[in-house]
Amino acid sequence: MCSPCRRIERRAGFALAALLALAAVGCERERREYASKGPPTTPPGAVRVGTLQPGTPLPTPSEPRGRHFEGNAYHVNQGQQLYKWFNCTGCHANGGGAIGPALMDAQWRYGGSIEQIHASIMQGRPNGMPSFAGKIPDDQVWQIAAYVRTMSGNAPKYVAGGGRQGMAVAPPLSRVPRLKPKTTESSQ
Amino acid sequence: MSARNADVEAQLARTWSDPPGLLGWLATTDHKRVGRRYLVTAMAFFALAGMLALAMRTQLAVPGNTLVGPDRYSQLFSLHGSAMMFLFAVPVMTAMGVYLLPLMIGARAISFPRLNAFGYWMYLLGGIMIFVAFALDAGPETGWTSYVPLASSDFSAGKRTDIWSQMVNFTEVAALCVAAEVVASFMVTRAPGMRLDRIPLFVWAQLVTAFMVMFAMPSVMVASQFLQSDRQFGTHFFNPGEGGDPLLWQHLFWFFGHPEVYIIFIPALGMISSIVQTFSRRPIFGHTAMVLAMVSIGFLSFGLWVHHMFAAGLPPLGNSFYTAASMLIAIPSGVQIFCWIATLWLGRPRFATPLLFVLGFFALFVIGGLSGVMLASVPLDTQVHDTYFVVAHLHYVLIGGAVFPLIGGFYYWFPKFTGRLLSERAGKVNFWLLFVGVNLTFFPMHWLGLAGMPRRVYTYPAGLGWEWANLAATAGSYIVAGAVLLFVGNVAWSLWRGKAAGDNPWDAPDLEWATSSPPPPWNFTQVPVVEDLTPLWTAKPLQWLRGLKSDKREMLLTSIAEARPQVRWGCPDPSIWPFFSALALTLQFIWTIFDPWGWVWASIPMAIAMTIWFWPKKSEPSSD
Amino acid sequence: MTHHVLAPAADQAEAIATVWQGLFWPNLVIYLAMLAALAWALWRRRPAADEAPGLRAKHTHHWGLALLGWTVFIAATLTAYTALSFVQDRRLLAREPDALRVRVTGEQWWWQVEYPDSDPSRQVTTANELHLPVGRMARIELQSDNVIHSLWIPALNGKQDLIPGRRTEMAVTPRATGHYRGECAEFCGLQHAHMVLPVTVESPAAFAAWLDAQRAQAAPPASPSATRGKQVFESGPCALCHAISGTDAGSHAGPDLTHLASRPTLGAGALPNDRAHLLAWLADPQAHKPGTNMPDPKLSPAQLTDVVAYLEGLR
Repeated sequence: MCSPCRRIERRAGFALAALLALAAVGCERERREYASKGPPTTPPGAVRVGTLQPGTPLPTPSEPRGRHFEGNAYHVNQGQQLYKWFNCTGCHANGGGAIGPALMDAQWRYGGSIEQIHASIMQGRPNGMPSFAGKIPDDQVWQIAAYVRTMSGNAPKYVAGGGRQGMAVAPPLSRVPRLKPKTTESSQ
Repeated sequence: MSARNADVEAQLARTWSDPPGLLGWLATTDHKRVGRRYLVTAMAFFALAGMLALAMRTQLAVPGNTLVGPDRYSQLFSLHGSAMMFLFAVPVMTAMGVYLLPLMIGARAISFPRLNAFGYWMYLLGGIMIFVAFALDAGPETGWTSYVPLASSDFSAGKRTDIWSQMVNFTEVAALCVAAEVVASFMVTRAPGMRLDRIPLFVWAQLVTAFMVMFAMPSVMVASQFLQSDRQFGTHFFNPGEGGDPLLWQHLFWFFGHPEVYIIFIPALGMISSIVQTFSRRPIFGHTAMVLAMVSIGFLSFGLWVHHMFAAGLPPLGNSFYTAASMLIAIPSGVQIFCWIATLWLGRPRFATPLLFVLGFFALFVIGGLSGVMLASVPLDTQVHDTYFVVAHLHYVLIGGAVFPLIGGFYYWFPKFTGRLLSERAGKVNFWLLFVGVNLTFFPMHWLGLAGMPRRVYTYPAGLGWEWANLAATAGSYIVAGAVLLFVGNVAWSLWRGKAAGDNPWDAPDLEWATSSPPPPWNFTQVPVVEDLTPLWTAKPLQWLRGLKSDKREMLLTSIAEARPQVRWGCPDPSIWPFFSALALTLQFIWTIFDPWGWVWASIPMAIAMTIWFWPKKSEPSSD
Repeated sequence: MTHHVLAPAADQAEAIATVWQGLFWPNLVIYLAMLAALAWALWRRRPAADEAPGLRAKHTHHWGLALLGWTVFIAATLTAYTALSFVQDRRLLAREPDALRVRVTGEQWWWQVEYPDSDPSRQVTTANELHLPVGRMARIELQSDNVIHSLWIPALNGKQDLIPGRRTEMAVTPRATGHYRGECAEFCGLQHAHMVLPVTVESPAAFAAWLDAQRAQAAPPASPSATRGKQVFESGPCALCHAISGTDAGSHAGPDLTHLASRPTLGAGALPNDRAHLLAWLADPQAHKPGTNMPDPKLSPAQLTDVVAYLEGLR
């Protein structure tokens, strides 16, 4: 074969190999996962809802599924839909809070990490937060928790989209500044 | 040739050569090298998009197939459509224009040669971006038309649609660059004596296309910017909850989208005219009617777009108007078909592969055109819109109307590009294989649409009677793939061992055949003087004008209507800065997919690269 | 279910089929004539005199007239097509004063069907099935609050899009009883392929009876297993999304299941509606309709059997 053809062939071969390698790696943020992820790895009750501890504080175990759901755009998007369908807006509005506390600020009574938010949804909390364990499947609770994290800018970048259909009830999620959660011991 | 001629040519070779090695490859402003690159890149994207189609057809071969899931399938059809329309169809027609236009009008170079190079790099980088995104599971997923609200943040999570939207910008920049060059070349760089009534139909086709590009592309750029703005900053262009309208996207997109298909189709009309003329051995019958037909198609195509929206609940009287307008555009097409058939009748046809492909055009495109006339009717369209009937129609008009003339054009101009002829025997097999394959793939789809099968479905149920048509279509798609492979094989083999072509193997009349095959970097050693529509068929031999310098890059500019010589214009030297500017703009485009600060920070390298590009140099264009 | 454009079962589809016939046959003739002209042009016998290329043939004057005639012919044909199209289109726009009102809302990826009534207690809300009385015009209002869908029932009428922020409407006057297939015809996301709307056209009496049955509250559980199933339904994840009138389940996020057992399909065409498929669907919806918004409810095998026993009785 002629030498320019050989050169083109080699270059095409490299390009194809590169594409296949990229395909194998994929992009975690963009993956659409519908199948269930299986049972949780952290035992229930291991999540702390307060910061008061005797001696040196132990960290809350970090659930890898929490990171996974937070970093995936599809899950955050599903969480946004479920937040509306399961009537979270009824108490929390679109993050600004109404009869329930605001979810888009830095104040969290029972912790603002995704594991703590997941625990709050599952277990319920005093003064009106229902317990959704056995009602909303576990994966869907993670999706809602991931969405809630984006309201305060705490999800990885580029996961949350900026647009929102319907009335503009909250700032675009891609433009929200990051507000690191602070657990307050308020008993209002 | 005489010894003085050989001296002149040696000097021209020194003046017009590119720097050696990688630098020369990146910095060339030779329209033929850039044109060849466009062609190879476009055919590579064609092959990739074709593989996506094979994957889709394999999935649809049997009902309830589980080869490809819904998410991957939506990426397949979205990227297939986007790549074919944005990365293959328009650029390949652009490529033929970029390569052939200056040769056909007797010019030494294209106008704005560095802009030409810049446009190519933008096209290449945008195409690479979208395919890399596909490999990373971030390919487009909402169809090449990307309707909102499906394409809004609420229903298309992540960056997939943003990347698609930015790819559109890359390709539109490239198309607009070429459009500007084509118009400028047409207006002022034609050979002396090439009056408006002596301009080949291929050149007219490229001009009409260029004007259409300039009016249509901004619409889709605006639409894609609105979409990105909605998705990233929470604007409400398409959000009905805050006063926007999802139909705005459709209007903006289709105002571009309908002329887009004619932007793909009209250059093919030019190629058909060239081939029919040469292989009938007489000028095209009704030259003026042909020019007027192409111009009127160009104008009319901007008044049809609502026929893509007949099911969207728009007012009925408006819809009826668009029915009439969509039917109207069949008239100039019919005129063209008549004129070509008349040319063949009046001439002495010679059957070679290019003509075979043009005959394939007649058989296939007219089916597509007639099914298009049926789609123009509102009530009938409400039944078959968004079904496989439309898939059949669009492939018949695009493959029949653009791809067949294009491949015919490749067989016709390959000797000019490379100096070698493609194998005629392989060419005939190529034609028949492709013809049979295309018909087997797409004809059953007419029936499928009438039988109730909608578009963009990743699977279908058994028991509805759709099985045999889908299986036939899948079989046909593999035959098409075989034909494409055969074409590639023919090209590869002929590059290596094809018969030497000489200057004018087809005995064709146009100016590109008056120079060597392949042409030297400066195209013509002296300036041809044109006194006829078919310069190489006149009884008198072609006259040449001396006077352009050989020690500096120069071309002759002529007046717009009469093509009288006006000034000698200096052409720019090769430059790496178009490439760096394209890299800088690519950086900006990709950065802004993720962060609006890219508009600010990435402007700095852009500004630097463009400043150096445009900095006046001693050897810069100056009139003399 | 019939579903062919050229097998019309309603006035509207009939009008459109007329347009098809009026355009298809002349087009076929024109196409064959073009091919014949091309063949003649290529293979006609030519005089032996060898002309140099480029010399124009002498008798192009006749060809000029022929071109003019051809242009006039095309224009006349297209005018006729446009006129036929216009006339039939206006038939599609006709509305009768006593038409039945139906409202269809497109969701991802199912159809909500409502029969409004001035008396709120007589309104009907169901999902994934449409019943129409034969011989009477039905005006179907179309709306969506998510993405653009398109309702297409080929045997009855052309399609009409369901566009967020707009109300569109489609009229159907069925003329033959039977079962017809409707589907979504605008790409609306992952499960666009499984968004079937089965349409049943029946006699006015049968239609009225069906509507009455739909108005009734859900049938009470008929067996201990079904009673346990109802318990699971109301207390578990099902009630978060589905409504069954007369029970504690009242959410409208997903399809109304009050009369699930009388529907032709499950999951808007994903599966046939019978016991085995219902069990399979509840065990893992994502396996049958990947990407659907219904999550795996994670019921135990005993719970699954009980829920299916309950749902089967919801006629």
